[in-house]
Amino acid sequence: MESPVIYFKDQFSKRLKSDLTHHHIVSPFSTIVRKEIGDLVRSWRFIVLLALIVLTFFGSIYVSMTNLKTAVTGPMEEGRLLLYLKILTTTDGSLPSFHIFMSFLGAILGIGLGFDAVNAEQQNGTLIRLLAQPVYRDNLLLAKFISPVIVITTLFLSLSLLMIGGGLIITGVSIEWVEVLRILSFVLLTVLYVGFWLSLSILLSVKFKQATTSALTAIGIWLFFTIFYKIVVNMVVKAFLPDPAFLSQGEVLYYNNVILNLLRFSPSQLYTDATTVLLLPAVRSLGPLTMEQMAGAIPTPLSFRESLLVAWPQITGLLAATVLCFALSYYLFMRREIRG
Amino acid sequence: MENPVIELMGLTKLYGSLKAVDNLSLTIQKGEIYGLLGPNGAGKTTTILMMLGLTEPTSGKVTVCGYNATSNPVAVKKKVGYMPDNMGFYDGMSALDNLVYIGRLNGIPESTVRPRATEMMDLVGLGQAMNKKAGTYSRGMKQRLGLAEVLIKQPEVIIMDEPTLGIDPAGVSAFLSLIRQLSNQQNITVLLSSHHLNQVQRVCDRVGIFVEGRLLASDHIARLSNHLFSRDAHVVKITFDDQVTGWTECQAGLLNIEGVTRATVHENTVEVSCTRNATPEFVRYFVGKGLNIMGVHQKEYGLEEIYQRYFENNLTEKESNGKSGNLFQRSIFKKIKK
Repeated sequence: MESPVIYFKDQFSKRLKSDLTHHHIVSPFSTIVRKEIGDLVRSWRFIVLLALIVLTFFGSIYVSMTNLKTAVTGPMEEGRLLLYLKILTTTDGSLPSFHIFMSFLGAILGIGLGFDAVNAEQQNGTLIRLLAQPVYRDNLLLAKFISPVIVITTLFLSLSLLMIGGGLIITGVSIEWVEVLRILSFVLLTVLYVGFWLSLSILLSVKFKQATTSALTAIGIWLFFTIFYKIVVNMVVKAFLPDPAFLSQGEVLYYNNVILNLLRFSPSQLYTDATTVLLLPAVRSLGPLTMEQMAGAIPTPLSFRESLLVAWPQITGLLAATVLCFALSYYLFMRREIRG
Repeated sequence: MENPVIELMGLTKLYGSLKAVDNLSLTIQKGEIYGLLGPNGAGKTTTILMMLGLTEPTSGKVTVCGYNATSNPVAVKKKVGYMPDNMGFYDGMSALDNLVYIGRLNGIPESTVRPRATEMMDLVGLGQAMNKKAGTYSRGMKQRLGLAEVLIKQPEVIIMDEPTLGIDPAGVSAFLSLIRQLSNQQNITVLLSSHHLNQVQRVCDRVGIFVEGRLLASDHIARLSNHLFSRDAHVVKITFDDQVTGWTECQAGLLNIEGVTRATVHENTVEVSCTRNATPEFVRYFVGKGLNIMGVHQKEYGLEEIYQRYFENNLTEKESNGKSGNLFQRSIFKKIKK
């Protein structure tokens, strides 16, 4: 610390300050996003999650590739092969298909990337330093959400492009536009699903001061929805709904819909429903269909637009849940005392 | 000197029913170094956070550099460099990258941010260690890095919360002289909070004594001590080569000197309290008595005593009001809250 003032004479001069306006200045928001992405990509946590997802992806692709022959030689759907959708969804039962896998892994990915977003910074004492800079609080929160979303979008996009490219080389079958659209919307849906868990875990990281508490709570919520929720719904149904043996067909249908709607409170159910519709064009409805409804229907696969319409409530539900969690964390964070 | 940079008016902050800051009004002029003194939990950090708009006051108004800190915090944060008491850095990044990050957040353009950060690191004496991970830094090094971070944004006001905590004595004196120099050369206003009285005393123009959310006194150190210790403002300690003989006679003689209120002896030292500065007379008196003087020490009241005095006054007031346990309770409540 010798003779510091000599340095400062120049540092603080007006000339230097006026220079600043001419250069390219990065906005604080994109600076935070850049730094967050850099941190994320270099962190062990992300490498582990990445390895997990890449392994699952290639595992399920391998299983579907070995069973592709039977799937393709099966009943053709109106002359359309839709090979790439089959690669994504075919399975012989030894391993679930990729989109089913993603309904658990997506949650883990989201929780893993977000559970310590805010509280770790607070614990380390970096939050107060960051907020003492000319940065809006909501910019920080948004950056904490956007950066993992950018990373996972890149991840899933590259995985599906890799799958398409690999498929092209192995089978030589060219891809149809409809498949591109469906796969793209599957990727976006997956990002949305991970985004939901991400925003939930960010909410918990704002709420709880300890990263472990928020991680455990998030995992608890996830376990509740994947395991216990179905059991609870079953118990409730058994306790409250009448015995189907004494019901007319119409009433059975009604109660079935009630049960399905109850199950749809679980985000993983929403995700599985929506991806199933998007990846399997033959699926026409997510609820039970009566014979009257089926009568007169032409047994063709749905167009992309129709599939999207069937899955639309699910997509909206997921989007709404994500936005709700984010809005709540915003509300909590904006007026929060940030001292450690 | 009528250019207030920081203005607090009737500032109050409640945490539940607890008054952390109680109707605080304070004005700090441009270029001043102001020391905020007080025991732990006095509300110093809360006050500082309100100045930066990081905490909303329950009532009252904070104006920093002409901006309202509560409604327009970003404008304030552009002008103010803040160094928190327990700051953390991104341990996985190098110290330089930490600094560059903060520089970018402050809108320093890409082309100049890296050279400027390097310069700052050299300035605070971390030039050799700037590529090390921030996690490997010692407490004192982190403190220096924190200073570099405050300086890189070229602030008009520097606010530091316990800045000398964890730095070795040599570092503290370098640190404080750097602050002093900056304030003089660039006319930067500095506000620092501390409970290290002697350090604050060395560097501050004015100090405020802050206990239980209230500012008990705010003035120049010299004036504060005059005000407090007017009864026995001058105490002289005289040391002799041997035990003082014939003390009773001496004492009577000393008390005859105008203004002397008290004279006591302890082995070979004599302490005389006087309302005016009469040291030469005492020395002449003892020399006339034929005693061999080894040393004469004129006692000055520093912050330590001022602080002690204010604190004691406050406690005795509380005791007389039957609220002696209040301070203790407060600290317990704080712990539970956490």
